[in-house]
Amino acid sequence: MAEIIQEEKGKKGGKRRAKKHGTHIDMTPMVDLMCLLITFFMLTTAFSKAKVMVITMPEKDNKDQQKDQPQISAIRTLNIILSEGNKVYYYIGMADPKKPPLPMLVKTDFSKDGIRKVLLDKNRDLFTKIADYRDKRVTGKIVVADTTLDSEIKKMKRDDKKGPIVLIKADEKAKYKDIVNIIDEMAICNIASYAIVDLNPVEKDMLKTAPK
Amino acid sequence: MPKIKPPVRTPHIDMTPMVDLFSVLLIFLLLTASFRPQEAAVITTPQSVSEKTAPDADLMTIFISKDGKVFFNIDNGKDTSTHFRSKLIEKMGEQYQIKFTKAEINKFGTMSSFGLPIKDLKAFLNTKDSKERDKLQTGIPMDSTDNQLAWWVRQARLTNVGAEVAIKGDGDTDYKTVKKVMDLLQDNKVNKFNLVTNLQKQEVTLKELPPAGK
Repeated sequence: MAEIIQEEKGKKGGKRRAKKHGTHIDMTPMVDLMCLLITFFMLTTAFSKAKVMVITMPEKDNKDQQKDQPQISAIRTLNIILSEGNKVYYYIGMADPKKPPLPMLVKTDFSKDGIRKVLLDKNRDLFTKIADYRDKRVTGKIVVADTTLDSEIKKMKRDDKKGPIVLIKADEKAKYKDIVNIIDEMAICNIASYAIVDLNPVEKDMLKTAPK
Repeated sequence: MPKIKPPVRTPHIDMTPMVDLFSVLLIFLLLTASFRPQEAAVITTPQSVSEKTAPDADLMTIFISKDGKVFFNIDNGKDTSTHFRSKLIEKMGEQYQIKFTKAEINKFGTMSSFGLPIKDLKAFLNTKDSKERDKLQTGIPMDSTDNQLAWWVRQARLTNVGAEVAIKGDGDTDYKTVKKVMDLLQDNKVNKFNLVTNLQKQEVTLKELPPAGK
């Protein structure tokens, strides 16, 4: 049987030389580092594309907007007012000073039991419909493309007649992230129609007497 | 006679081709990754569930820092032949009657975001000291007498008609500054904005739906 020849050169006879070890660099750490670097670059170039949230605002009319406002049923309107300290106030219906009493402002927040609960409660039917559709797609009962999924959901939102119409208002002390959070909640709860509008003077007064 | 087992030979894999391939891959990734240019202000964007990514090109970004300073950025277009930035600075120069030299226009073409009143732009482009540059970046003015941001946006849209608008605001910025920017954009007939956010998935499943009839 052949023996493993460990050394490539045999020992030279005669004068004893100091054995010259062939330099043996172990490449393992270098290969490790290269693996790491490659993985790092592969992941960071994919992540560096910033994520965006698309919002579309209605056309800003300079004319008197009150005239052209379509009549919306008061019971479906949910007004959300954002204030300082991440506070969220809401009230249902319209606040018309000519028809007292003014609705009470309810204080809530951005937690799971806060405004999300209110929104889910009011939007129950549409939310269930969309969640069902998504579930069916995930479990494979319906097979549709991504674009069909999006357009189907858009259609369901357009045809919805019972969900709340949310009017989002922010007072001067609100922060940008509050607005982003509330628009996010709109997406999470599948709200069909919402708009960002200005705070009117009646509501400014309501805020003064609202629970802190 | 007991069987003499041959001594176990440790297999000798030559790693050279693998290391070669790794180097090639690494160099490829290094070259295709472009470094993000230093932004003037640190902005922590708020979180959202949105998973859409911003378009790579034909995008103008308005940055709003925590203290309300506004910065602006626009890219040169998908193709290196459309020098949007150079055209933009020339137009703004005409608007404000400032003559920019070829060198300054070229420098502007390679830069990224900036935030300073236009009268300081010449000094900004000519200075080589980065500290000096940082000091000059006080934000683009948005006051009603001289709404420079509105002019930047308007001229940028005229230069690159298909450009989309992204707003990168810090979570703690006052909403009224952001609203001012959005109003100014709407005045320029931009009604669709992309708000830059961090992805944080939040989903509500049917089981979590609160019971009806509260």
